[in-house]
Amino acid sequence: MLYKNIYLLLIISGVFGISFWIGFNVNLLPAEASINAPIYDELFRILFIIGLIIFIGMTIAVIYSLFKFKRRKDEIGDGIALEGNLSLEIIWTLIPSIIVLIIGIYSYNIYDRMGGMKELNHSHEMMSSNTEKIWAGISQASNNDIANNNLSVEVSAMQFAFLFNYPKGDFISGELHVPVDKKVSMRMESKDVIHAFWVPEFRIKQDIIPGQPTILNFTPTKVGKYPIICAELCGPYHGGMRASIIVEEESDYKDWFNKNKKTEVDL
Amino acid sequence: MTISIDQQKENNKSLQPNGWLRYFSFSLDHKVIGIQYLVCGFLFYLIGGTLASAIRIELASPMSDFLPRDVYNQFLTLHGTIMIFLWIVPVVNGAFGNYLIPFYVGARDMAFPRLNAVAFWLIPPSGLMLIASYFVEGAAQSGWTAYPPLSITTPQSGQIIWIISVLLLGGSSIFGGINFIATIIKLRRPGLKLMQLPMYCWAMLGTSLLVVLSTPVLAGTLILLSFDIVAHTGFFNPVLGGNVVVYQHLFWFYSHPAVYIMVLPAFGLVSEILPVHSRKPLFGYKTMVFSIMGIVVLGLVVWAHHMFTSGTPPWMRLFFTIATSFIAVPTGIKFFNWVATLWGGKISVNSAMLFSCGFIINFVFGGITGVALAQVPFDIHVHDTYFVVAHFHYIVYGGTVFIIFSSIYHWFPKVTGKMLGEKLGILHFAITFIGFNLCFAPQHWLGLNGMPRRVAEYDPQFEFVNQISSIGALLMAISTIPFLVNIFLSVRNGKDSGDNPWNALTPEWLTSSPPPVENWEGEAPLVEEPYGYGDPFFGENKKI
Repeated sequence: MLYKNIYLLLIISGVFGISFWIGFNVNLLPAEASINAPIYDELFRILFIIGLIIFIGMTIAVIYSLFKFKRRKDEIGDGIALEGNLSLEIIWTLIPSIIVLIIGIYSYNIYDRMGGMKELNHSHEMMSSNTEKIWAGISQASNNDIANNNLSVEVSAMQFAFLFNYPKGDFISGELHVPVDKKVSMRMESKDVIHAFWVPEFRIKQDIIPGQPTILNFTPTKVGKYPIICAELCGPYHGGMRASIIVEEESDYKDWFNKNKKTEVDL
Repeated sequence: MTISIDQQKENNKSLQPNGWLRYFSFSLDHKVIGIQYLVCGFLFYLIGGTLASAIRIELASPMSDFLPRDVYNQFLTLHGTIMIFLWIVPVVNGAFGNYLIPFYVGARDMAFPRLNAVAFWLIPPSGLMLIASYFVEGAAQSGWTAYPPLSITTPQSGQIIWIISVLLLGGSSIFGGINFIATIIKLRRPGLKLMQLPMYCWAMLGTSLLVVLSTPVLAGTLILLSFDIVAHTGFFNPVLGGNVVVYQHLFWFYSHPAVYIMVLPAFGLVSEILPVHSRKPLFGYKTMVFSIMGIVVLGLVVWAHHMFTSGTPPWMRLFFTIATSFIAVPTGIKFFNWVATLWGGKISVNSAMLFSCGFIINFVFGGITGVALAQVPFDIHVHDTYFVVAHFHYIVYGGTVFIIFSSIYHWFPKVTGKMLGEKLGILHFAITFIGFNLCFAPQHWLGLNGMPRRVAEYDPQFEFVNQISSIGALLMAISTIPFLVNIFLSVRNGKDSGDNPWNALTPEWLTSSPPPVENWEGEAPLVEEPYGYGDPFFGENKKI
């Protein structure tokens, strides 16, 4: 009996050890390039480890049962007449409930840190009123959350392209250029069917809906070129509906902006 | 009630053909209807599988080079619709429900045999119509979700035919649901209490409640959508002031419970199979019943987790995250109870058992990714990507389809009086299990790293992983060959099974195999302990 318990303890710690090792050493995610990304990856790691513990544990239990309790040839008779065990059943109702509750609270905390629970307001320099009704989207926390510092971009999506309007410079671009470490606030609207704006490296996605503008805020943290992918089936060329987001240094961004602007403004 | 059914059967006897012809007739026998559902569903499974193979061939290379782009979208729409509405829902509900429920409640037929036959005969024409739409002007190409405005702007004939056939299939499902509720509640043999019913009855009761409560919502939604398409009304069309997100709410109000309509009966079936082959009582009967009912109630209030990126207010996201996460609790109880059923048994490791154990492993994996997907911040990144595709295939294929195969191995002797070959069965399991995991496990990585779903072309960096997935799909296609060969050989010259090859205690085995038209020669037996396996003295002396 004592040996049995020791074995059980060894197996459980083995499962935990393997799960933690895989959780911390196997990276399944693309590069982190926005404020959201490391927060997301933290949640992912926790869920990955808990998932591995449960999955490996259950798989071992099933496979072990198949070998250990296999009916040998010419063996007759039944297994034990065990119809249930109330305390065991209470345990495996309570433990998952607690785990699920903790995950829920934790993911609420993550979501709050991503800015998901914030009131959405879209600061728009050219627009006289800010009373437009916005359905939803993702807001985002940032350290210097000053509305005037935001870069405002108007996104319109259509079959099968994204267009980025820079109201301050009064021009439209097919590529989204943004300066690094600065909050970008996008107001998105679709001209035809539902599309979605997804940048995997930023861990953000928001549907672009005809008739209902949505908002998406983010702060890129790493210079580079990343894909913008449409994630909602929008027609035959859905797979080809892609654009690029180019995150660059402030000075490079200014050069690009000044080259393209149609109204005389200083950044 | 039973007397009137007997009289009806007497009257109809002259009209009912015998032999194999009865499977092509408007038969009122629940056993014939069950087989009709199963074989018809399997034929549609082969069609849906062919479409899936075409999709995987297209995705073996990053460019759109195998199918024309609009045909690709038609194929993925047809694949989803056929697999859900013509294979899984009719088979786990209609086929096994019709065959087993009257036995389990001790009745000679379903409560409404004619409605039952009508429910089945709605399926072949609507399925054929759906497939025929491809040859008219092209099938629907807006996915099985048919989100407007895409479904309003794509070619109309295909979309309208899709709507009509889904409405008919939904009708069939509702007829079946009403029939199951009536049979389980009202046709129980005198003396048989609800808490003595085999678990599959409880699963079907819960499923049928979901069918009856949620399918009418889908029907109403699709009728409004068809008005938008044909009559240019503006319910969902934003150009005319409609709201596309309302459609999504209404659609998922049905289509999330639809997941439980596909999965709960499988939970019931596996609860029948495991105790028989491990020679132990089902562990925790009462908690199993409560967890089914818990899933039914929670299943109705989680639909908006399909819409976390659609523009829903924060409080709504939060509510649906928590409600969805909590489904893991009753589901977890069931899985722990099944493992506890295996524990300490005398397990016959045969094809039925292997498919059931494969189901447990696959479904646990799919359930874990499901809990992750329920978390809003997690979902925002992977929504509408291959991560989701992998997740739901782990639930419906790794879960339900594995149980369908397990059930076929388990109940084949009941239906035919012949055994299925074990060697071919184990080969079938091995290829299916390896192929399935090879096909869908890598897709989690694809989704996390930036491959959206429903695309015919993708970033070339994903080519290698997609090819692995396609090889898995090829194995899954190959795995049907040993299965079909096995069925063919066993029907022609399989080993005689006797009446009860598994020494099972559930009522369907307490009659001859195949059973007589009236199910039992005499009175239906009263089975108070359908899971009364196990040596009681052994159990008292040895605690776990």
